[in-house]
Amino acid sequence: MKRLLTVSLLGAAIAAGSAQARDYDTVRIGVDIPYVPMEYRTPSGELAGFDIELGNALCKQAEIQCNWVEQGWDGIIPGLMSRKFDAIMSSMTINDERRQQVLFSDPYLVPPSAWFAPTDTSMKGVESDDLKGRNIGVQRGTVQDNYVTDKFGDVANIQRYASADDVAVDMETGRLDIAFLDYPTGQAALLKDGEYKTLGKMMTEPKKYFGDGFGIAFRQRDKALADKFNQALATLKSNGTYDEIHDKYFNEDGTSAPQASDD
Amino acid sequence: MQELLQSLAPWLSDNAIFTPSTLAQYWGGFVNTVQLVFISLVIGLFLAVPLAIGRASPSRLLSKSIWVYTWIFRGTPLLIQLYIAYYGLAFIPGIQESVVWPLIRDPLYPALLAFTLNTAAYTTEIFYGAIKATPRGELEAARAYGMSPLLAYRRIILPSALRRALPAYGNEVIFMLHASAIASVVTIADLTGVAYNIYSRYYAPFSAFIFVALCYMVLSFAIQGVFRLLEKRMLAHLKPR
Repeated sequence: MKRLLTVSLLGAAIAAGSAQARDYDTVRIGVDIPYVPMEYRTPSGELAGFDIELGNALCKQAEIQCNWVEQGWDGIIPGLMSRKFDAIMSSMTINDERRQQVLFSDPYLVPPSAWFAPTDTSMKGVESDDLKGRNIGVQRGTVQDNYVTDKFGDVANIQRYASADDVAVDMETGRLDIAFLDYPTGQAALLKDGEYKTLGKMMTEPKKYFGDGFGIAFRQRDKALADKFNQALATLKSNGTYDEIHDKYFNEDGTSAPQASDD
Repeated sequence: MQELLQSLAPWLSDNAIFTPSTLAQYWGGFVNTVQLVFISLVIGLFLAVPLAIGRASPSRLLSKSIWVYTWIFRGTPLLIQLYIAYYGLAFIPGIQESVVWPLIRDPLYPALLAFTLNTAAYTTEIFYGAIKATPRGELEAARAYGMSPLLAYRRIILPSALRRALPAYGNEVIFMLHASAIASVVTIADLTGVAYNIYSRYYAPFSAFIFVALCYMVLSFAIQGVFRLLEKRMLAHLKPR
């Protein structure tokens, strides 16, 4: 009897799953608010932000009716699993641990990495010659760590820290000549009082290192839905809509543009 | 080392983590750990002997001030001491212009400072306990022979106390080895630091950390072996025949 029940429940679940898989007329998207400038509410209470606008554009392109569902960050993957919503678009970085639980779309945004040095640094740029013998600070295990280790591990002395704050402290003590962090982190930790500046260009290439950006998360079995979003994303990127939205929220170099509604 | 790694290469060709390059990193971490622990233990040992004698001296001022030192270093976590030595010292006004800055700037010396003072504090108390436990008869015999206190220390008290302290000191050495695993928080690429780097690179916690645990075990066994030999030789007179 028990087994029969299990089997029939399983059958029902599969039926429900496949029914879900066939029609994606309405899709609920989970989002954790606020995370300026990616997702937030305007003073009048409307949703805004890069994720929101891009998400709406994607849904329009894919001819899907989308509803946004607010969900705190801690419960956002469980919320997806328990069908509170069908997708997550909330600045979620694609990584291997999450990949085991959810299915990611193609990355839709790669936050840039940047070099930070004291304003009075003697370094002219960030080529091998400039970095020779210098102390480079990175956060251990980040994409920046991997990049610097492979590219400058032979010429420079790379110091790995547990947190970006430790990097900032050792920039202050002068133990580090330069730090390589993801831009928003470095901006928050170092660019507040004009003692430091960015050196060289913002980096989002090569893809081998910086490729894992933000992705939209789906349940593993909703492959068809993910494909729809990927197709829509490719279309928006080719027809200029993506750039339009991007330029509204970010400067050319990937720094966040000032928002009138930021407060 | 390079040749050894080259000869290992074909055997390792079918796994992603233990490549010649990561093994070289582990080797570098091994050298750093051994170096760090060995230097701090040697300096700590040489500091601890006079400190323990001072701690056992009849002068209350001397004894108490050494007690305060051991109390502070045994009463706070080594990690905090390391943070203070590395991050704290760097913020003393004027230190960045002083002659000691090149030393403090390098993570090795603040770590050595913290580790040395910590192990010296524990070792002092170990030796002090052993000195206190010197049998009264030995002291009286020394005095009866007309030995001065200095001579009694050199010929009677220290040799017997240090022997008696040997098993406890062996423990301290192994504790120090394990405690050194925190060195990576101040960017020293010791065994644990290398394991962290490899773990975060390949997302393979089991391989990275189990391998490093084996490295520590090999070191621990080696230390135990050395101390067992030493005890066999130096404590032979205490054995039942």
